[in-house]
Order: sequence, then structure tokens, then C-alpha cells
Amino acid sequence: MAYKLIGKDFTPQDVRPKVTGAGKYTEDFKVDGMVYMKMLLCPMPSANVTSFDATDALDMPGVFGVLTADEVPQVEEPGFPMLTNKPRQLGMPIAAIAAETESIAAEALEKIKVTFDPQPFVLDPLESLYPGGTNALDGGNVTGGNIQGKEGVGGNKIHDFKWTARDFAIAGDEKMPMGEAPVEWAVGDVEAAFAEAALIIDEPFVTASSSHAALEPRSVLSYWENGKCFIHGSSQSQSWMMPGLARMMNISLEDIVYVAEYCGGGFGSKASPYPVQGMTAYMSKKIGRPVMLRVTRAEEYHFGGQRPGFQGQVKMGFDKQGKMTACDLYIVQSGGPNRGSGDYSSAAGAVALVYTPTNMRFRGAAVVTNKPWHVSQRGPGQNQIACVIEPLLDKAAKELGIDRIAIRNLNAPEADVKFTNRNSTVTSMFLKDAFSLGADLFKWEEKKKMSGQRNGSKVIGVGVGTAYHSAGSNGFDGLLSIRPDGKLYVHSGVGNLGTYSYAGTSRAAAEVLQCSWDNTVVLRGDSRQGLPWTLAQFGSNSSYTNTRTNFVAATKMKKMLQRLAAQELGDAPEDYDVANESVFHTSDETKIMTFAEAASKAIELGGEWDGHEYPDDLNDVTKSAMKKVVGAGLVSAAKDKIPKEGSVPGMATGYCMIELDTETGKFEILEYHSVADCGTVLHPKGLEQQLRGGAVMGIGEAVLDRVIYDPQNGLCATVGLDQTKPPSILDVPSNMEMSAVDKPDLSNPLGVKGIGEPAMGCAAAALLCAISDATGIYFNRTPVDPDMIINALSGRPQSFKPLQVNT
Amino acid sequence: MQKKFNSDRYDPLSTERDSLSRRHFIKGVIAAGTVAGAAGLMTGCSDNSNNSASSASVERLVTINVNGRSRPVDVMPNETLAHTLRNKLSLTGTKIGCDRGACGACTVMIDGVTQNSCSILTHTVRKGNVVTVEGVGGVNGQLHPVQTAMIEELAPQCGFCTPGQVVSGVALLQRNPNPTREEVRQALAGNLCRCGAYNNYINAIVNAAGSA
Repeated sequence: MAYKLIGKDFTPQDVRPKVTGAGKYTEDFKVDGMVYMKMLLCPMPSANVTSFDATDALDMPGVFGVLTADEVPQVEEPGFPMLTNKPRQLGMPIAAIAAETESIAAEALEKIKVTFDPQPFVLDPLESLYPGGTNALDGGNVTGGNIQGKEGVGGNKIHDFKWTARDFAIAGDEKMPMGEAPVEWAVGDVEAAFAEAALIIDEPFVTASSSHAALEPRSVLSYWENGKCFIHGSSQSQSWMMPGLARMMNISLEDIVYVAEYCGGGFGSKASPYPVQGMTAYMSKKIGRPVMLRVTRAEEYHFGGQRPGFQGQVKMGFDKQGKMTACDLYIVQSGGPNRGSGDYSSAAGAVALVYTPTNMRFRGAAVVTNKPWHVSQRGPGQNQIACVIEPLLDKAAKELGIDRIAIRNLNAPEADVKFTNRNSTVTSMFLKDAFSLGADLFKWEEKKKMSGQRNGSKVIGVGVGTAYHSAGSNGFDGLLSIRPDGKLYVHSGVGNLGTYSYAGTSRAAAEVLQCSWDNTVVLRGDSRQGLPWTLAQFGSNSSYTNTRTNFVAATKMKKMLQRLAAQELGDAPEDYDVANESVFHTSDETKIMTFAEAASKAIELGGEWDGHEYPDDLNDVTKSAMKKVVGAGLVSAAKDKIPKEGSVPGMATGYCMIELDTETGKFEILEYHSVADCGTVLHPKGLEQQLRGGAVMGIGEAVLDRVIYDPQNGLCATVGLDQTKPPSILDVPSNMEMSAVDKPDLSNPLGVKGIGEPAMGCAAAALLCAISDATGIYFNRTPVDPDMIINALSGRPQSFKPLQVNT
Repeated sequence: MQKKFNSDRYDPLSTERDSLSRRHFIKGVIAAGTVAGAAGLMTGCSDNSNNSASSASVERLVTINVNGRSRPVDVMPNETLAHTLRNKLSLTGTKIGCDRGACGACTVMIDGVTQNSCSILTHTVRKGNVVTVEGVGGVNGQLHPVQTAMIEELAPQCGFCTPGQVVSGVALLQRNPNPTREEVRQALAGNLCRCGAYNNYINAIVNAAGSA
């Protein structure tokens, strides 16, 4: 289909404010009477507060108040408390002080007399699974899953779960102990398949936890006006925040005003409401002043979220042709002292889809530790496991004498794939097209010949990587208004994560209504604009989800315009069409209404036309938004009920060539190319950004990013950007090439799928594969640092055991 | 005061930049004679109002030249330039990502040289000309070619590092009007971008060099 807007580049409205510095992030706001808050954080990995006296602090001039755990809602384990007297991680907030300046607040914190009873703590999930091992929480150490025959176990609650000493003894140091698993599923018979396999690869692995390290810390500004609670936050999402914030503050949706026009990065860690937002609002309520909480970088490392690390074992069987006939995957996922994300299950799903093993068993345990809050990070689960499986797939290809793209192609899914024990399906699949295009563009055959070429101490390595993420959702609401100024207003509940998908998806509405982009206004970033309910801006879903909602609302809007014109000008609605900001009779050019006229008429008519009446199946957030939109013009609100069967697969492939110095273990990435299967390309420059940016973050995941804790004291050794090392411009190639298969996903009216997360995983995997290609070594661990490379190349043992964490 | 880079070519092997500038920064605080100020430094906070409980932290009226204008402002002895700009001069384009000179979001030019304004004490720049992201364009709001090129290239993603990238790019073009991609890369080496928009920033600055 020839589109006017879809697939074309444009300038989103928030780019200029970003380059001029005019865009306002949370800390850039100032409100009259605003005071500053600082938090008292737990200085040890687990403790009970035994006494707390803030008298001296409150006596200081300039101090407005203290907020303690008793004054905010408490959560049950394994929830994330706002403030607590039983901190179960380093840096967990215990109390907060508000004062005229931050310095006064900081001095006041030092005057609080607080005593702690230190508690046992655990940082390594395997230690917690050992018989008698420490539980990070009072209620236990494992979340999720069901163990039959054990009472009170299951769902998201926490339970006490141990393996046997025998499980550990059998495994020894070199292999993952594989005791009973809280989560388990199987397809086919892996043991029988292993018995017949031509090749078996059986390896332990570790992927490190890493910080999201968004450049903007999660600062909060909150104040109350006329009973309404205003919160300015740094969040990936907009409308998604509303119900959670209302619950957190125990007020109605109508009484929350949420402002998040700009967000300085989130990567999963700012997807949903977070406790410091509530804490700031409670403090503001208590002292009757606007309160600003500027979160510091070090604090961000304590409660800003981390990607769960994995410890595991994967056993894969292949036939002679390279088909993966069996995969037995065991993952122990490291979490913080709270309910984590489902990374381990997502990882298993990704293996089942990307490599389509004929037989598969997955076992997993999500273990809580006294490390910080662990939460989804870009490609949660899928990207960690890509780092594990992809190099091992190369190992199999090498042993079987098969080309590395060929083995991926052989195992790649088709559109009719059924995967996991749930027999999940997909809405489209063009992974093989991506390999084919990628091999051409990267000149795989030529590059492959360069593999192993030496220049002094330097050697060339070439790698290919694949990653997947379920990249789209459905069932959310679209909301549009055409106003007396003659413009189309797209009300977007999508957050501003920097992907510009809020804008790209808004173009779906303009496309349907054949409205010029110049006359399309996107309303966003402030719930007072009247913003509809939609999913958080996570999970690579926005492009798919919100092209649907905007398509649905625009289709309804078009019908409303046709009916309105027929009613006012005569003839039937079908005699009218919509384009150029007007609804016009297709065979009588005198019968025409401009958008401006239609809007004025709608306001005059009221009822169903101007938002007074709306469908009852809209979400409460959208219904609340309708109250702000009503009477603004011609208003269309609709819920997305377009059918969708199966997962929406965003697939990405990466191709990488490096030159590695065998004397230093350092390397340079000479070339990187990425090819995506993301359906129809919605916004070419936006796609390029995601593929490139994902590649940068993937390079970080593969070789740089990690957080480290001191095992003796449980203190964090990585509280600065110079320590967790997100990639700098010097760590990445200065020109990375991007392409897309550009074939539509037919479950989306515009053919669009998401891509943000696999863009990262495929790059991480491709780089690790290139390192293994250059060195002949499979590290089974991320990040791979130069020390590990040097040790391996010189035949020295590594400084850690295969399943050791915090290395 | 340490220059952010000793030369146009940043030497990644040198540890001089971080350690020296940090040491100078702390020495500056101590020279300013304020114990409470040092406590504020360690807890990562700065004062934002005109009266403080800390008896040693007496503000002084100084005049600094920012974006071509003389700006009289009351500053604390331990106050960083980033805080003065953001909280007292309402120039919030300068962002604070780490407050430790590690990320470059607070990059400004002082006498044409890029500096991390979070790691510069305001009272030390009384004789300097400070240019922030708000001051790189024309007086009537025209964009600098680097900014225009960044819009065309859709360079920013989340945008939080962008003001720093803009300032580093403008500073580079002032001293080297036709940089190579590698020279741009070196000039932006102090500006972290977690979104990973590095290629786009390089493209934009190279394009701007052609039209500047």
C-alpha cells in the first residue's frame, strides 16, 4: 500500500527542545515554595531498624519535616517498600527529610539517631539455595512457580526453597547443581533426543547483573493543589503510570496529575510507578509544600533497578545437519529483595522460538538476594540468553562443519511455528529473510574468509547474532479530537522514552484521515491533556500497540465525519470521503465540511459528537481523560478490538567484525551491521536509532556493563558510571549500518512490529561470537573482559569458578 | 582549573584528566573554607536558596559572564557552576547526570574549552566566559548549525545528554572547522549517551561542519 506518512521520515516535535535545552525534565521544574528532600538509606545489605530519633534533625532551622515508614503504605514481601524499618538491601530508604535546601536536609539526616540490628544477607542465589543457606527475606528466598505438595506456595508470593546437599555434591564446582525446580516445563523427550544426538554441548553459564544507568536519575517533584496530587516524574510511560500512582497515594484516578513530557532514559527501569514517587508525594502532603527529590547517581545504583543476572546450565543436542533436536535449559535468576521480572521464563521462550528445538525442557528458579531491586532491562531474559546460546551455537557449527548463518537458518522458525509447552504462535516471521539480507549486506562469505587473519598480535574475528522480543500488544484505547482550529489532535498515552514512537504511532491516525502532519498535533506528557489508556512504553510494544489504537480511533473518526457530513449536507455517509483536513462529497464538490467546521458542529451537537458520550468498554483512565476532552471538538474514542493471535515477534540479526589484540585482550569493532524483521517500517530514522542504540547497549552487555558486590560486607563496588562502564563513543564503531526486511505483519493494520529490545541482544550476541571466533574460546559468561581473554589465550585459569557471581 | 582535554586529541590512556580535575575541585572547596560545604559535596547536594543553616557557607555576590551577558549572582563558596546555571540563572539546558564529571551531560564551554560544569566551582570562573547550550545559537533564537544538523539527523533519543553533545560539537567546530569522523569521536569522548546515539551525533557534527 502506498502510504503518505507511514514509512517516511519526519521531525518529531520534541527534537528541537532537546537540542536547544528547552525540553523540561523533572529537575528542570521549579514551583513556588518548593523544598528539597533527601533520604536516609540503609548502609548495610540487610538490617532491622531498632531505634529512630529525628528530634535533633527536626530542631534544625530550615527543616520542614521527616517522613518515616509508619507514615506511608507498607507492602508485604516481596514488594518494594516506599520506606521501611526492615531494609533488606543496601541503599533501601528508611526515612526522608525535607528542608529548605539540600544541604540542610543532608545535615539533618546526619542528626537522625538511628540504630540497626544487622541481619544475615545473601548475594549469590546458589548460596541461598544451599541447605541452610540464608534467605534474603523473612518469608523465604524464591518467588514464582509452584512446588506441588507444599502449602502456601505459588503465584508471586515468596517461599522458602532449598536444594539438597547431594544436588551440590553431584554438580561440583564445574557444573550447575540442578535440584528440584520451582518452574518447569517440557516439550517432547529431551533425554531420548540426547541419546540420538550427533553432537551434545553441555555448558554452565553466568550472565552478570547490570545497571540500566539511564542518564537522568529518577528525580521526582510533587505538590498538592485543590486536593489533586501533582507528580512530575522521569518515566518511560505516561498513562500506564496513572492507576499505580493512584493506588500508591490511595486517591482516585481523577485526583492524580502526572507530568512526564521528557524522560532521560529508562531501559525498563522506569516503566511503572516507583516508590520514591509516592514517597515524595507523601512528604509534600505532610508538610504542605512542593517537594523536589533529586536522586543522585549513587542512589540510582541502589534503587534504580538492575538487570537480573543468570546462573545456569544449557545442554543442547544436534543432529549431523545442525538441527537442534534437544535443549535442556536450567536458569537460576538473581533478583533483589523483591518480586523480580520473568527474565528466566522469557529466556526459555526465546530459545524455544529462535532455535525451535524439537524437544525442550526448561527449569528455573527466581531467587531473591540482598542486592538492589532487579527489574526488566531492555530484552529481559531474551538478551541474556542470546549471549549464552549464540556463541555455543557457533561451537556446534564449528564441530559439525556447518556455516554459522546456515545453522541459524536451519533452526530458525517459520510463520507457522509453535513454541514452548503452551504451543505459542506468532503473528508473522521473517527471520530467514533477515539472515539472507544480512549475509548479503555484510558480505558474510567474504568476511568469513578474513576470520582468523593475523596482523602481528592482532587477529580478525567475525560473528553473527540473533535476538527476539515479543514486540506488540493489543486491547488498549485510542483517543482523537478534531478542534475548531481545524487540526487533528492525537491524544497519546505513550511515554517519551526517546524512541519517538509516541509520534510515529500518532501518524497512523493522520494516515487514516489523510491529514497532513503539519495539521496534526500530538498531545502527550501531561495527564491534564486527556490521555487515553495504553500499555507502558516497554517491551518494544509501542509501535505495534499504538498504531492499532490510533488506527481504530481514526477509523471511527472517519465514520463520524462521514455521518456528520451526511446529516448536515445530505446524502449517505458512504458518499463522503475524508482528506485534506475536510470531509467531502465524492461526486458533489459543493458538499464539503472542513475539519474546523466539523469540530464546531460537533460542539454544537454535543452528545456522541463531542465526547459527552463514549463507549462503555473504554478503560477507566480513558474515561477519566474524556472528562478533560469533552466539548473540545469532534471526539473519537475507541478500544482496539482488532483480532490478534499469538506473539508479535520483533526479530533482529547482527553481524560484526572485530580485530582483537591477543597480547592485551582488547579489541576494536571494525564493522557492525544489523538487519531487523520489524514488519513494515514505520519511521526509518527512528528504526535506525533503535538498531544503532540497541547495538551500543548490546556492546555494553557483552563486554562492559556489570555491577559488583563485595561478598564479605555486601557493599556495592560499582556506584559510578566510571565503574559500571556503559559504553562510551570510543567503545563503539563510528559508523554502524542498518537495514530492515520491511515485510508487513498482517495482524497490525499498518503492518508494524516493534524492535527496540532485540536490536540490543543481536549486537551483544554478534560481538561475543566474533570474540569467540577470534580466540577459539567460548567464555560462557558476560561481560567478557580483556582479563578473561588474556587468561584464556595464555592458558591460565580464570580468576573465578564457572558459576561464581560478582566477578 | 583543568582543561577537559589537554589537547584536541584526548588520550584515553591518560588518567590525568579525572584525577587532577577532581583533586583541584576538592582543593577549591577546601580553599573556600567551608566544612559544611564539603559535607554537602560528599552527599551530592548543593544549595538552592539564599540562606543556609551552615554558618560557614556565606554567599558572595559575584558576576560571571554567561552566554555573552554579565550575570550578577549570589553563590556559595562550594557551589558548582552546574548548580548556579540551573538553579540561579534558570539555564536548565545544562543537565546533571552524575555530578561527578563522569557523564558530560553538564558540559559547558569556558573560554571556548569544554568543561564539566558539575566539577567547576562557580567562584573560579569569574574571569571566564561561560557558554551553555542556551548560548550556542544566534541571539534571536537561531539554531547553531550543529543543532540544526542534530534535528535533521534525528540525533537525540532521550535527549538528556544532548545539550552536552551540542556544546562539545560546537566547541570542536570552533577550534577545528572541518573535523574528520575520528576527530569528532575523540571530541565527544567525554559525553556518555546511554541510548547509544553516538553515530547520529557524529553524523550531525560532520554535516554541520560542511554548513557552518
